[in-house]
Amino acid sequence: MSFRIFEYNGSAIVAMVGKNCFAIASDRRLGVQLQTIGTDFQKIFKIHDKLYVGLAGLATDAQTLHQRLVFRHKLYQLREERDMKPETFASLVSAILYEKRFGPYFTQPVIAGLGEDDQPFICTMDSIGAKELAKDFVVAGTASESLYGACESMYKPDMEPEELFETISQALQASVDRDCLSGWGGHVLLVTPTEVRESTLKGRMD
Amino acid sequence: MGDSQYSFSLTTFSPSGKLVQIEYALMAVGSGQTSLGIKAANGVVIATEKKLPSILVDETSVQKIQSLTSNIGVVYSGMGPDSRVLVRKSRKQAQQYYRLYKEAIPVTQLVRETAAVMQEFTQSGGVRPFGVSLLVAGFDDNGPQLYQVDPSGSYFSWKASAMGKNVSNAKTFLEKRYTEDMELDDAVHTAILTLKEGFEGQISGKNIEIGIIGNDRTFKVLTPAEIEDFLAEVE
Repeated sequence: MSFRIFEYNGSAIVAMVGKNCFAIASDRRLGVQLQTIGTDFQKIFKIHDKLYVGLAGLATDAQTLHQRLVFRHKLYQLREERDMKPETFASLVSAILYEKRFGPYFTQPVIAGLGEDDQPFICTMDSIGAKELAKDFVVAGTASESLYGACESMYKPDMEPEELFETISQALQASVDRDCLSGWGGHVLLVTPTEVRESTLKGRMD
Repeated sequence: MGDSQYSFSLTTFSPSGKLVQIEYALMAVGSGQTSLGIKAANGVVIATEKKLPSILVDETSVQKIQSLTSNIGVVYSGMGPDSRVLVRKSRKQAQQYYRLYKEAIPVTQLVRETAAVMQEFTQSGGVRPFGVSLLVAGFDDNGPQLYQVDPSGSYFSWKASAMGKNVSNAKTFLEKRYTEDMELDDAVHTAILTLKEGFEGQISGKNIEIGIIGNDRTFKVLTPAEIEDFLAEVE
């Protein structure tokens, strides 16, 4: 059987838009194929107070890419004396990924942030930087197929923060239970213009 | 470059701590044709003399004010060919920024990059400093902006500035006329009057150039006919 690099470690990442807010969630498993190595693995990273990136796929590449993104954002902050808008950051990530078109980082990013006037922005892209923008939700990782199903049936537009948190948590939990390579609890970030609520979920820990 | 006898930098410190090459470059600017810029409340205007060596030159073929992006324009005093090198490099820099971020480059960033190029040419081997100063006019999320960039690579933000022949007269004139709440049209009038001060001969739509950028954030070089309209208003 061929070696499937995107499924080596396993992951499930989802972001959803609510009314003037967004949520981004991931599972917490780090595996090596079917063997679980860690159950507290970080897959969602902060870029600035209102901008987060989730990195699905090969864990080593996700970590390296994260370091590069933080580096580039810090340089931008120093140079332009401002934080990056989510749209701008997405274009930067896309350009960084396409730079490695013929030897890519084996990762699929999910970008979620609040832009000007606290308008929520979410987007995902493939490992070579082809952007996919969405108004409702975006998914990535080995559980992406089940996440599409769960999100399509559970998502409603303009949810308030509390309902959005409940919806994204349920969608994540339902999806990872149908995927052998992701799970072992979840990590949810709920971002509103005034606060960020960070929670860890317990799920089926088997 | 790099393998010639002169691949070391010719810009070296004099014992008194000056870089004479840069002072000579500033001399080239100072003897160039007058250019000026004024930042208004709702836009920026840049203007320059366009004196041609002979009446036989087709004046429509000379463009001293150019746009770098749709919302940033530039004028020079000094050596025309040198300015074109900077315009080419600046436009490329603006497009590279756009390609990376899918967002128009802010005026400050483009000015900084352009100034960095000019600085590099004071320290690199096999090259000489640029014989131009630039006035960069732009309008972005930070409002209307006017910058002057010098051959040394230093740059400043101005409410109004002038360079080239008659700098001191033009600057004194601008100091007298400038007000913070000036509208773009008034600024164009003031620009024309300032140029008139040191102008030898009769000013017309064909021997000056004017570039404006207003609230629409679109930089525009005025046609001779449009300049004539403004000249009529000033009379």
